[in-house]
Amino acid sequence: MKKDTPHIGLFIPCYIDQFYPNVAIATLELLEKLGCKVTYPLNQTCCGQPMSNAGFEADTAGTTSKFIRDFAGFDYIVAPSGSCVLHVKDHSPTIDKLQINQEHVQSNIYELSEFITDVLKVDSIKGSFPHKIGFHASCHGLRGLRLASDSELNEPKFNKTLQLMKDLEGLEVVELTRKDECCGFGGTFAVSEEAISVQMGKDRIADHMEKGVEIIVGGDMSCIMHMQGIATREKNNVQLMHFAEILNQVIS
Amino acid sequence: MNHPENATVFLKDVARAKWHDETLWIVREKRDATIHQIPEWEELRELASQIKDHTLSKLDFYLEELEKNATANGIKVHWAENAAEHNQIIGKILEEKNCKDVVKSKSILTEECHLNPFLEEQGIDVVDTDLGERIIQFLKQPPSHIVMPAIHLKKSDISAIFHERLHTEKGNIDPVYLTHAARLHLREKFLQAKVAITGVNFAVAETGEFVICTNEGNADMGVHLADTHIACMGIEKLIPRRKDLGVFLRLLARSATGQSITNYNSHFRSPSPGKELHLILVNNGRTKQLGREKFRNSLKCIRCGACMNTCPIYRRSGGFSYGSTVPGPIGSILSPGIDLKKYSTLPFASTLCGSCSDVCPVKINIHEQLYEWRQEITKAQGSSLKGLSMKLADGIFTSPLAYKISGQLMRASLKTLPDSIIYNPLNVWGKGRNLPELPTESFKDWYKKNRNRA
Repeated sequence: MKKDTPHIGLFIPCYIDQFYPNVAIATLELLEKLGCKVTYPLNQTCCGQPMSNAGFEADTAGTTSKFIRDFAGFDYIVAPSGSCVLHVKDHSPTIDKLQINQEHVQSNIYELSEFITDVLKVDSIKGSFPHKIGFHASCHGLRGLRLASDSELNEPKFNKTLQLMKDLEGLEVVELTRKDECCGFGGTFAVSEEAISVQMGKDRIADHMEKGVEIIVGGDMSCIMHMQGIATREKNNVQLMHFAEILNQVIS
Repeated sequence: MNHPENATVFLKDVARAKWHDETLWIVREKRDATIHQIPEWEELRELASQIKDHTLSKLDFYLEELEKNATANGIKVHWAENAAEHNQIIGKILEEKNCKDVVKSKSILTEECHLNPFLEEQGIDVVDTDLGERIIQFLKQPPSHIVMPAIHLKKSDISAIFHERLHTEKGNIDPVYLTHAARLHLREKFLQAKVAITGVNFAVAETGEFVICTNEGNADMGVHLADTHIACMGIEKLIPRRKDLGVFLRLLARSATGQSITNYNSHFRSPSPGKELHLILVNNGRTKQLGREKFRNSLKCIRCGACMNTCPIYRRSGGFSYGSTVPGPIGSILSPGIDLKKYSTLPFASTLCGSCSDVCPVKINIHEQLYEWRQEITKAQGSSLKGLSMKLADGIFTSPLAYKISGQLMRASLKTLPDSIIYNPLNVWGKGRNLPELPTESFKDWYKKNRNRA
């Protein structure tokens, strides 16, 4: 590893840390395999998104200050979650005392696939993954970070996550009927609007099932947790995976 | 008014809820197909957004220009501070004309002002002449959608209503047959009415004229047969110049229904000889919204309804679940400004997916305003139980040790507690979903064992 290799701070959202350590491990290993110098700051906790989206942004000053202090020393901050990255960028309250550090954090934090495509300038990952997948475009990554073109805008088509997977041998990506409808997770929405939330999740899964999808692949474990919870309840064996797990598995 | 409760009731009829979702999704798909035929679509949106932003920034100036030019054209201009004044102005004109039969074309503003009940109390027969509006008027229901007011009803429902009210054949659900019956019925009403009330889609300050867009031509039919035309507009329905109109007419119908243009786009500039033309400019809370910096640009709305058609929550809960005149995402950012307490659940009736903001033809940042309203609502509610738990959460996330302990406790307790407790009815997550399978260690634990060089 070269001496001037940029130093990446690995941001692992709290629910991934607690529920999906394998996704975090895959993210770390993938970045390392791509030649990055990565450190996971052990003191990190949460970005504050669940509180802010519930209407308590003002109460997250402590969490936000802590996040800035934990990550301001890195050249880049990378996380396997579009949603949490968007929160840090756009919704965390401004901390006046930490203004310069906060600006640094907000302009150098990246979702994993956008970091690989835009900063590392990797066009695609080579390998083999002979499966039929459906891609779940999580809303905050899609319409917040613009990780892909969406179905609402009249713009050229692109998808940073699928771009990385485009050369995988044997991979088939199905075209969904509603290619980017929300799965209904939505943080506290999943509980406060339980009936709609579950119905939305069922409808999303059904779209994938109609196309014969083996694995639903996404970039946000919160959406995947919600859809997996519904699939398991319905005794549906469809697999749900984070793209980091696939890329880390196939990359040589 | 509680959105989640209303939505839960709506979703109980699984087949009907699915039909409602799919029907509106088809409208969204039609909109998608048509906008892709316009290469400059995104520039049009940007242009429309800027024209509206500019107009709102000089609203007083343009309103006075409109008043001056409209008056010079022979239009009688009235100002209404609120719904009551709006209704009284109309009531007074009807009294002067000794008019007991009125036809009205679709106007969400008159719904907002509750004009129909006001006039009915004075013994006036108000007939909504838009087909969808007439159907729901028979049922004494408000519109469930601002462009397709009877979208919650199926052909079979309409057949049953018409059988009862217009004596059509029982069980005949042929749309041509039913529409023909409505046409005969409405024609009679058109011929009786001496006064016609309409809404306004766009008023042009520069020329003192206004434009009404309909698909059925019902506004024109009513206005041309009546001696007096009363047009009602919210003060935000303004554009500076006639040449700006093309931008909005290209966006409106495409966003609303996927048509390239509405069938009738009628310009009204001055009364016909011997007739009267009134224009009522209504505030009813709009200047208050204009004064709220974060929410000001909600007034750019041209009422196309695209945000309703795209909203996964609207499609699965129906317009009535919002309990407000304007439902759906745009309603959820307008209504809290009218009554914060009553509509406090609406900004939370969203996953903040952002689809509404991206379909909006005038680029209102709807989902960001939903987020901002949430902040306002929690402030207004003070330290509720939820607030307390959020403060506690901030405490946990500020301290790595507290986070570690609470995480370990959660993982340990979820593993040892029996399913009957985890999936207790009080645990809302577990009603329709399982919890994830729990790992033996957190990533943090793994990292310390495997990578930590510190």
